[in-house]
Amino acid sequence: MKFGIIVFPGSNCDHDCYHVLKHVFNQPVEYVWHKSEKLDGFDCIVLPGGFSYGDYLRTGAIARFSPVMDAVVKFAEAGGIVIGICNGFQVLTEVGLLPGVLMRNRGLKFICETVPLIVDNRETRFTSSYASEGAVRIPIAHADGSYYANAETVKELEEGSRVLFRYSTPEGEVTEEANPNGSVNGIAGIINSEGNVMGMMPHPERACEPELGSVDGCGLFESVINSLVKK
Amino acid sequence: MKAKVYVTLKEGVLDPQGSAVMGALKSMRFSEVSDVRIGKFMEIELDADSKEAEERRVKDMCEKLLANTVIENYRVEFE
Repeated sequence: MKFGIIVFPGSNCDHDCYHVLKHVFNQPVEYVWHKSEKLDGFDCIVLPGGFSYGDYLRTGAIARFSPVMDAVVKFAEAGGIVIGICNGFQVLTEVGLLPGVLMRNRGLKFICETVPLIVDNRETRFTSSYASEGAVRIPIAHADGSYYANAETVKELEEGSRVLFRYSTPEGEVTEEANPNGSVNGIAGIINSEGNVMGMMPHPERACEPELGSVDGCGLFESVINSLVKK
Repeated sequence: MKAKVYVTLKEGVLDPQGSAVMGALKSMRFSEVSDVRIGKFMEIELDADSKEAEERRVKDMCEKLLANTVIENYRVEFE
């Protein structure tokens, strides 16, 4: 089992993801520079957070044309597991592996805080380790995290149980007040219809060690590792 | 040749920046303002063999990169 972490110019959560996979979960992991055109030998690819290409034009719009992205699309189409976190999620929507778009936060501010989320579907390879009910706490750090898609797409996501994470109150209720950025239906993370590509705005890699205030991000990485072990 | 590209948010897509600017204008007593939408304007210098080729290429640029057609419309003027 081997994880690959894509490094774009401007990625800044690549080291956090590497640290968590390597030192918290003891998994083989390598960085993959965005000029790379092959992803041979990897089982899971992570597109990390950051500000690829300075967020110029739109978030993720230019990174989407990095040479490595053709390989990421092929990898995903062949059933490979792809995780996009924050800017990685934005890149996945721009490249078309996930529907919708991440827009400027409703309040226009960059928000950096640990927020409660509910895990809306625990029966995916990304969430199966989240056993208990109730909210989890994972940090967000973004200015462009307001998830938007047209009504038809949102309906498809909801009917297919493809919303994995939703902003909630600490008690696990999804309300407008608990929605930090104006995302449609409080959507914080989704998967594609095949169930192998996931994008989320919160940063699970920042919530995997008790020293950092929460270990609720562990469930995501544990779920993916378990699904790969079973394979 | 020069192409002027206007990228605007589709109708119905929330524009928090536009709302903030409208709020500012209203507080400055421009009470006649009823809506503000913020978009992008790009000027592109390019070489093309013909007007048709230029139009085709710039449309391709808009579809692939300059606009996200999930939320944005685009319009091009040529000089």
